[in-house]
Amino acid sequence: MNPRITIENIPPGPGRGRGRGKPKPKGRQVDLRALEEVRVLLGGRPRRRDLLIEHLHLIQDHYGHLSAAHLAALAAEMRLALVEVYEVATFYAHFDVVKEGEVPPPAVTVRVCDSLSCAMAGAEKLLTDLQEKLGADVRVVRAPCMGACHQAPVCAVGHVQIAHANAEKVSQGVAGDRHAHAATPGRDLAAYRLEGGYALLRDCLDGKRTREEIIGIVDVAGLRGLGGAGFPTGRKWNLVRKEPAPRLMAVNGDEGEPGTFKDRHYLGLDPHRFIEGMLLAAWVVEAPAVYFYLRDEYPELRLMLTDEIAKVVAAGLAPHTQIHMRRGAGAYICGEESAMIESIEGKRGLPRHRPPYVAQVGLFGRPTLEQNVETLFWVRDIVEKGADWFTSHGRRERKGLRSFSVSGRVKDPGVKLAPAGISARELIEEYCGGMQDGHTFKAYLPGGASGGILPASMADEPLDFGTLEKYGCFVGSHAVVILSDKDDIKAVALNLMRFFEDESCGQCTPCRVGTEKAAKLMASGPWDEKLLDDLASVMRTASICGLGQAAPNPLTCVFKYFPEELKKPLGTW
Amino acid sequence: MSVRRLAEKHLQPESFAFTPENVAWAKQQIAKYPEGRQASAVIPLLMRAQEQGGGWLSEPAMRVVGEMLDMPPIRIYEVATFYTQFQLQPVGRKAHIQVCGTTPCMLRGAEALIKVCKHRINEHQFHLSADGDFSWEEVECAGACVNAPMVQVVKDVYEDLTPEALEKIIDALARGEKPKTGPQIGRRSSEPVTGERTLTDPALFDGSMIGKGAGLAAAREAIAARAAAEQTPKPAEPAAAAPSGKAKSD
Repeated sequence: MNPRITIENIPPGPGRGRGRGKPKPKGRQVDLRALEEVRVLLGGRPRRRDLLIEHLHLIQDHYGHLSAAHLAALAAEMRLALVEVYEVATFYAHFDVVKEGEVPPPAVTVRVCDSLSCAMAGAEKLLTDLQEKLGADVRVVRAPCMGACHQAPVCAVGHVQIAHANAEKVSQGVAGDRHAHAATPGRDLAAYRLEGGYALLRDCLDGKRTREEIIGIVDVAGLRGLGGAGFPTGRKWNLVRKEPAPRLMAVNGDEGEPGTFKDRHYLGLDPHRFIEGMLLAAWVVEAPAVYFYLRDEYPELRLMLTDEIAKVVAAGLAPHTQIHMRRGAGAYICGEESAMIESIEGKRGLPRHRPPYVAQVGLFGRPTLEQNVETLFWVRDIVEKGADWFTSHGRRERKGLRSFSVSGRVKDPGVKLAPAGISARELIEEYCGGMQDGHTFKAYLPGGASGGILPASMADEPLDFGTLEKYGCFVGSHAVVILSDKDDIKAVALNLMRFFEDESCGQCTPCRVGTEKAAKLMASGPWDEKLLDDLASVMRTASICGLGQAAPNPLTCVFKYFPEELKKPLGTW
Repeated sequence: MSVRRLAEKHLQPESFAFTPENVAWAKQQIAKYPEGRQASAVIPLLMRAQEQGGGWLSEPAMRVVGEMLDMPPIRIYEVATFYTQFQLQPVGRKAHIQVCGTTPCMLRGAEALIKVCKHRINEHQFHLSADGDFSWEEVECAGACVNAPMVQVVKDVYEDLTPEALEKIIDALARGEKPKTGPQIGRRSSEPVTGERTLTDPALFDGSMIGKGAGLAAAREAIAARAAAEQTPKPAEPAAAAPSGKAKSD
């Protein structure tokens, strides 16, 4: 018989004295000290779910990693299930989750970019050198494109990027300041206003210009989404305006396509031209809130833009909307429009199934205007100078201006503002000072990692939206990487496939398994065309989003345009 | 499973609307499910939309069903593309013939039926005949294996087919007639082709056994008869089994 239970001897657990009950609930308990630490860090910030990633950044920045105790405390503080916090923390590359009994990472992390332009400039050798030279106190890891391909190879020491990196420079960086500081804007608020900046916005806010008029000009100019999809901007504004209010706006600053660095270029050069464009678009679609999602690889820009936006708000230039800055955490997939929406909501960046499209059901379930940074950058100029100014540029019957991020084997890589429809050969010769000495032009990537590879014999094709699709390629974000006779095409395709393998979000099988399988097959032995083609067609037809659909492009291009390369063994740099 | 996609844009109608009768019917279907669970009615509604839409499901029809059930379009698409009984492109005006090609039918001549379809309708399944009246496809088991080979046309089945019989059915459908459904060799259902041997006692079907525990009694009789038959070499008339629901309560 059970002993009599009195108020003094109630067994603590749910088993009530049978010996099987546990004295506390299942799972990790909230550690009171960790909870206190998290509370101090969060301060007066709201505990809303959509701020989860921001809060994880606070902990990661302060402690250098996310301990299990802190995650449990954060979950309790935000009234979330621990698994909801855990799944987000483990999704993003810039968070280091450390469970009980595991060793936290060293205080310093050096991320070495191993994407194509950096790989061509010797990233692999740099990785080995750094691992030898820096020793155990520094963690050296591979990382995807950091948006500085024209200064390859690139490393990030903590939050500071090192251009044209070598072991020497990186060791100095490790010893020096590893915290990001706000960049100096190429043109600050005062200078921008002096040359007439924000006058257009003022006119719009004061009712001197109509929304229809602005949409009309942008439409006639033929401005298109410059993040890579090329959707006509004027039409998008009209579509979003037709949806019921309240409508929201989201700005895509998650420039992650390997080879692309134009958004970074413009944000640093003339941030207010972009901010004015953003505020104009928010006014056009009457969005009471704008969420600006900037990738975590550009911390100096984030700090600078936060300051500059605060100045704009203080100057009374944004009475119609509220701007929220959101920080990515190292995930290429968040550049996909619906994955970015998920990430802004504080979740893992898994692309959504469509329709409904983001314009109909987007951020927080509201109709959302999503635009790339560069698209907004051009709005003011197009409206002020007129649609004709924009359309007067262009070659081969294409119209408008395009910003090409050129990297690889050219003498003078960088962001090149050139007429739409320019060819790769013209771009090299007229804008990039020709090929580097000792290199012969052999092939090029017209649109970053996903846009395929074309041979030099096809370098006279116009580069624009819709011109390369017939070759199984596309221009996308206009990231042109120039390859030479010193580059092995198979190695290039493998580098790109490995990038996709790393960056696949894992939601759908054709992409998650397809990229991994393809990389494995490409790395081992001769390429089996039938097998790889089969795999490519499954990925193309069955993946949810553009990542998996475009991932096989470089691979199929090798079969189509470089058959002679297939006979050679896999090369390296 | 093969890839199933919505029909090309130029094949899609501008719009779709249920007839008033179908709207009323759909409301009844939706009302079967609790508040917030209207999505449960998606398959019946899509089926009705397919019937009304000439035997195939257009994108506007899916959108209409989505609006009625408060489901995002993609959720409708994924249901419609999953189930093979939803036709995603236009089918023959007079008939879309589904030929069962699974093992029992294949062993009994499904391939010859497919040959007829290729010859009479189109070399490729899901493609319309030249006059647009017919289309065909090969389906997996339609659950009529005992009457193999067979085809299904909307809600009707034609069983125990030969290529000639199928030709005749196609001819009749082409004339706008409604050929006799079911087995085409004279049998009523799935009884043995050599004639019925069991459940032949008319008393089983005239209602006279209801409420009398007759089912149980008949079962006992059958067991006794079988035991008797094993002892005497003379073949006994097999007694009825126990189909009555009464037996279950015992």
